[in-house]
Amino acid sequence: MTELLFPPGLLLVIGGLLMPLGAKIRNTLIFILPVLCMILIWSAPANYVVTLPFLGFELEPIKITTTGRLFATVFSLMALVGGIFAYKQASALELSAAFVYAGSAIGVTLVGDLISLFVFWEIMAIGSTLVIWAARHDAAYRASIRYLMVHLLGGLLLMIGIAGHVVETGSIRFEALELESISQYLILAGFLINAGAPPLSAWIADAYPEASPSGSVFLSAFTTKTAVFTLLIAFPGTWLLIPIGIYMIFYGIIYALLENDMRRILAYSIVNQVGFMVTGIGLGTEMALNGAAAHAFAHIIYKALLLMSAGAVLYQTGKRRCTDLGGLFQTMPWTALLGIIGALAISSFPFTSGFISKSMIAQSAADQHLAIVWFALAAASAGVFLHAGIKFPWFVFFQKDSGMRPPEAPRNMLLAMTVFAVFCVGLGVYPDPLYAILPFTVTYEPYTAAHLVAQFQLLLFAGLAFFVMLPMMKRTLTISLDFDWFYRFVFKHLGVAVVSQTSRARSQLENKAQATVQRLLNYLDKHHGVTGILSQTWPTGSMVLWIGVILGSYLLFDIVF
Amino acid sequence: MNDQDKHWLLRKENIRKLWIVFIVILVATVVAGFFVHLHQQNDAYGTVVADFVVHQHATFGIEGTFGFYAWYGFITCVGMVVFAKLLGVFLKRPDDYYDTESGTGTDKVEVDHD
Repeated sequence: MTELLFPPGLLLVIGGLLMPLGAKIRNTLIFILPVLCMILIWSAPANYVVTLPFLGFELEPIKITTTGRLFATVFSLMALVGGIFAYKQASALELSAAFVYAGSAIGVTLVGDLISLFVFWEIMAIGSTLVIWAARHDAAYRASIRYLMVHLLGGLLLMIGIAGHVVETGSIRFEALELESISQYLILAGFLINAGAPPLSAWIADAYPEASPSGSVFLSAFTTKTAVFTLLIAFPGTWLLIPIGIYMIFYGIIYALLENDMRRILAYSIVNQVGFMVTGIGLGTEMALNGAAAHAFAHIIYKALLLMSAGAVLYQTGKRRCTDLGGLFQTMPWTALLGIIGALAISSFPFTSGFISKSMIAQSAADQHLAIVWFALAAASAGVFLHAGIKFPWFVFFQKDSGMRPPEAPRNMLLAMTVFAVFCVGLGVYPDPLYAILPFTVTYEPYTAAHLVAQFQLLLFAGLAFFVMLPMMKRTLTISLDFDWFYRFVFKHLGVAVVSQTSRARSQLENKAQATVQRLLNYLDKHHGVTGILSQTWPTGSMVLWIGVILGSYLLFDIVF
Repeated sequence: MNDQDKHWLLRKENIRKLWIVFIVILVATVVAGFFVHLHQQNDAYGTVVADFVVHQHATFGIEGTFGFYAWYGFITCVGMVVFAKLLGVFLKRPDDYYDTESGTGTDKVEVDHD
């Protein structure tokens, strides 16, 4: 057993920083680093810890746990397959930033203390912002700044929370935390902001779709799922997470139904899917936590697959709105087919990865007899098929004939999509390898006849609802207002109003002050000016007269007193 | 374009056939649900034919009723579409909403600098 003294995540971060050195180095690193990272993760013994003294604390920059290893594995896989998808088309900046981003996300999953976690957390925010910048257009730049603001806010809350927690408890260990004081609530808030929880959910649909075709593939995987990981470790069974998760689920569905931009539809469905995981973490039983972890694993793969197929369409057509797309299955059949496999997986269709993961969460809601949660999750499962499972492939690849006949996606893109499609179906048919690496022992059997029939009924009738309601779902050239309206409209106009009002007030004050000074000057001028009475030369006669008056008064005083 | 020149998937008669196949499958899933409730057997990977299992996990009374998932899936989806549509009345804006705002917004500001 070799000593693992180097955080596996840092390997990708440093490798990412070397990538701008040249295309050859870059292409080698893209394939070698994730594999090396995975070998490091799996060669370390379970519960392996490296400690590092720092300012009187014992940092644990490496701590390999079962849950952490699961997330680190899928993150490495994502970096590898995302790299295959991107390496020919993406810019050096994007690939470099994406690997720094992936590496820091892996770093978060393999730390044992809150300080190391925070360091990787902030590198992640910078890496992801740079991935958005790499799209190099104005809208992306502006979106990335909004994105950065939200994440710096999240990081700030997290830091205050950690500092408070350390002061109160003296412990920097990253473990299950009790919501005892405001510090833990701030830590929770910091994690939830990255998960896309309300009220700030809008950053996902705002920023991710502005990235390049491959950029949004990387973005979809790491930030939100790292947040799921941290919630899974620090706040399992926190009741508050159930309503938050359910809100996210339906928020994602409703906004995706209203949306016209294909990648924004998929971005909303990230919130929706993360909502399922957050609900599972809130439920907190072993099965629910297993479900949340397995769903995160499966989700990263099928969501990346969906965004890859959307990315391939964008790359070939330059269009991203459903109103401009349609009928592309004729010339991009492979992209369409692979995208549909991703769409089936996100809908938890039997024999796909979503089926064997998500159902564990619903099952644990049933086991705990939480009727409202269970009914909400069942409706939401149907809703996922509605808003992502059918809507995405239908409007992009079928619908009407847009007249566009783009060529099939480049081969490296198709290869990446095929790898992930194989994972989607493979994990669905044979879930045991995934079940084997979950945090707890799995006692769940997804393939029962009752479950199969139930799921087929639910999904196919949701499909029927889609086609029956199709006239009501006609796409329009619109966006939907969200919480970001407050900072993109209200705050902006408030800012503009403050600037114009204060500058008006200032100029009024200035005018007033000027007028006052002017009045004083006029007064002085009147008396002391050239024609002023006090600056006139007086005639000699008047002086003689006044001396006479003075002398006369003396005389008078002398006589009288 | 002539109907025959179109891709086979876009031709009218095929679209009708697809609908028929779809409806047959829908009916089959509901009927299969009926069998799942009748037969209590054991075969985990059974398909949509009779004799198979049931781990009756009907935790909530209504869940066990005939065709529950079919109508529940359909009705909730219709509900969500209608709800989204209603919400859209209040929330939808032209897709250059923020762009024009930023365009005209900054131009209109009157900041008097000396």
